[in-house]
Amino acid sequence: MLAKRVIPCLDVRDGRVVKGVNFVGLRDAGDPVELASAYDRAGADEVVFLDITATSDDRTTTVDLASRASRELHVPYAVGGGFRDVAGMARMICAGADKVSVNSAAVRDPSIITSAAAAFGSQAVICAIDARRTVRDRDRWEVYVAGGRTATGVDAVTWAEEACRRGAGEILLTSMDKDGTKDGFDLALTRAVSRAVPIPVIASGGVGTLEHFAEGILEGEADAVLAASVFHFGTFTVRQVKEYLASQGIPVRLDF
Amino acid sequence: MAAGRIVVVDYHRGNLQSVVRGLEAAGGLVTVTDDPTLIAGAAGVVLPGVGAFEDAMGFIRQGGQADAIMAALGEGTPFLGICLGLHLLFDRGSERSSEGGPSPWGGTWVPGLGVLSGSVTRLPSGRLKVPHVGWDQIHLTDVGQRCPLLVDVPEGGNVYFTHSFAVDEGVDGTLVAARTHYARSFASCVWRDNVFGVQFHPEKSSAAGLRILSNFVRIVRG
Repeated sequence: MLAKRVIPCLDVRDGRVVKGVNFVGLRDAGDPVELASAYDRAGADEVVFLDITATSDDRTTTVDLASRASRELHVPYAVGGGFRDVAGMARMICAGADKVSVNSAAVRDPSIITSAAAAFGSQAVICAIDARRTVRDRDRWEVYVAGGRTATGVDAVTWAEEACRRGAGEILLTSMDKDGTKDGFDLALTRAVSRAVPIPVIASGGVGTLEHFAEGILEGEADAVLAASVFHFGTFTVRQVKEYLASQGIPVRLDF
Repeated sequence: MAAGRIVVVDYHRGNLQSVVRGLEAAGGLVTVTDDPTLIAGAAGVVLPGVGAFEDAMGFIRQGGQADAIMAALGEGTPFLGICLGLHLLFDRGSERSSEGGPSPWGGTWVPGLGVLSGSVTRLPSGRLKVPHVGWDQIHLTDVGQRCPLLVDVPEGGNVYFTHSFAVDEGVDGTLVAARTHYARSFASCVWRDNVFGVQFHPEKSSAAGLRILSNFVRIVRG
């Protein structure tokens, strides 16, 4: 049975790990590849590097990071953040990234997903969606871009469906309401997207307890759970999370 | 070419570092190349898995790598196909990235290398999501119990998959060293003589993957 994945996320700026709390108030936490290697040894099923140096056109640091990661990691990893075009994504794939995650650029021009899927295969293309509950209708979520700063008016579920139709292989779904709160995932959002698309959904934003991880999978119907600070600051080890998930009857990889 | 060198076939679709690193970690001497001469003369050939069936077949036919691989296989050179590299060993694949010319099997088939007989088809998407992405278990067949690539690889061990296509169910069972069940049952490891193919990515499969790469390095050393 396909194991549910536990994915530490490393926010990276200028080649160093940071973690945004609601995407502000960044704290430095070391070398991303070293940290990712430690997660690999600890049983992470995958690692996501999110480059938040999004305003910079100089992606050399991130390409170097992808290249170093390909030599050091024995599990898959994705690189996301700041892609403008397929050429930029291709550089990351060529440097060794297993997957690229595209967010704002795809909302601006959805054909980037079509082109990326044709070039690298759907399995290598993650559509990252940052969503926030709308004020008017609490059962709807709006897509935000530019690191969660800019509202788009696009419905998150509709966008996930389109991304999937265009060939995205996975959805990395972050709740902007929950991110940084440690209150748990937005389970309604996660479930709505999981039910809408026939591709894996990675739940992100809000994990604070072991129970939250399990809820994301059991109630949110996510295929993978992603977290950053609870791992960075040692609140839980990856093994603790997986053993807890296993105790809840969730299939996870424990032979590492 | 130095004795014992393993050639990783570069078909310019990226992402070979981790395969190289995995083989090196397993003690292999590795060269990455698209040079047909080096491929034909290698001690071992690894065809990694990146991209799409038709695109990859087109590239290796045009560039002469396909002929070089066939020459190496003719010599009995150990061969490891990973993911798409496994698919290309078979007669034909149903993965088509663009409109092409007629193929002997009709419009949607793309001919492969035809080293192993059988087809590669898309996993059916129904209740389970396709692509099949993530860690899943391999179940060793009777053939697999004897397969030198799978020595010390535990039954039911977790390895990393990322694919939408797999060897079709109609494949000759004597080729199947391991099976995985997702959407349907498919061959996750195939083996005939010195020809090995894995559907998963050993270079991304942590300890179990490194074991498989070490086994391949040992097979190449003879």
